[in-house]
Amino acid sequence: MTLLQRVCVLLLSVSLPVLAGSGKLTGTAGLNQVEGSGGGGIVPWATLSGYDTDSEVSVNAFLTRVNLDDYRLQVAGASVSLYDRVELSVARQTFDLTTIGGDISQNIYGAKVRLWGDVVYSDLPQISAGVQFKELQDDAIAYALGSADNSGTDFYVSATKVHLGAVAGYNLVWNLTARMTNANQMGLLGFGHTADDDYEVMMEGSVGVLLNRHVAVGAEYRQKPDNLGLGEEDWWDVFVTYIPSKSFNLTLAWAELGSIAGAPDQNGIYLSLGGQLW
Amino acid sequence: MVKLLTGIFFLLLLNGCASHNQTLYSELGGKQKVEEIVNNFVTEIEYDPVILPYFEGSDIDRFRAKLEEQICMVSGGGCSYTGDTMEQVHAGMNITETHFNHTVDLLINAMDKSGVPHPLQNRLLAELAKMRGQMLYR
Repeated sequence: MTLLQRVCVLLLSVSLPVLAGSGKLTGTAGLNQVEGSGGGGIVPWATLSGYDTDSEVSVNAFLTRVNLDDYRLQVAGASVSLYDRVELSVARQTFDLTTIGGDISQNIYGAKVRLWGDVVYSDLPQISAGVQFKELQDDAIAYALGSADNSGTDFYVSATKVHLGAVAGYNLVWNLTARMTNANQMGLLGFGHTADDDYEVMMEGSVGVLLNRHVAVGAEYRQKPDNLGLGEEDWWDVFVTYIPSKSFNLTLAWAELGSIAGAPDQNGIYLSLGGQLW
Repeated sequence: MVKLLTGIFFLLLLNGCASHNQTLYSELGGKQKVEEIVNNFVTEIEYDPVILPYFEGSDIDRFRAKLEEQICMVSGGGCSYTGDTMEQVHAGMNITETHFNHTVDLLINAMDKSGVPHPLQNRLLAELAKMRGQMLYR
């Protein structure tokens, strides 16, 4: 059974005795980041992916593509948010080596729990903690580069807050994430190094402004470790997201992902389509 | 990134300066505009099968008058609110997060229909949102 089939079976086998989620304000949920967790483009946020409130359940799916100079990242995934408390996600990344040929696939299973707060209504930020369990499907390159492992788990804590009308009347959203990880390029190049398999804490952040109920613009930053000594660099992007309804969103970004596996200045267009199915 | 943050910082400063000149109430358009918003909000509720039942047996004219008063008060219009506390008004209703947020959507629709600019909508919502805790699960 393919991963996608497994996801479908999982989703269908969950009985849903409750309302579909639609109870949050438009633009305060709905996006999945490149590892499948609810968030921005490259950073997981404290918000869950769906529009569910405490009596609702929602299911999201997304497709993301990042075209870089020497690579192309494609991600397909889905997530379930339960009662604005727990999010379960699954994502399949395919990293095409467009210049030298070949590809690397990775499966990521995520879980996140909202620990405290409401992103819009509590005075302090919403706080969540999550994990991303990653399984590299093609590990030859990872091992050739000196990685210690072909699977790994990231742990993160995120704080996210929407400030209503904070920027000349426009809504401001910010997110700060601390991630414990030993992944090389998210895990696509393996985990740790044979000489040093230690976890490090990496900081990630996002800031955005909602120009109206349907358009958000902003930027994201993600600190990265350099376990393999290949000059792995921090990531950042600037994005514009169009959210015509709670059931559909489209994000266009310019991503600067630095040096990847020795190929410098990997920049390009990030495009993501997402939607709430339930 | 730095440029964007700097930009946002200056917008925040600008915002701080701008809001001292005029009250939100007068920026909205004063008494007449607030009445229009509240009227549209009442219409939104009347056509909403989920929220309407909460208003069963309420005196709609009183609701209208007290909400106008409250919006005037929180937006710096100089009114004082003479109605019952939010806790009293919503007692026994057991309003859920879902229904609360849905009602916010209805208020946004009402403001859209009244032509209230997006930034003013947000500033009014920010004031009203402070009362959320007094309304939920009472």
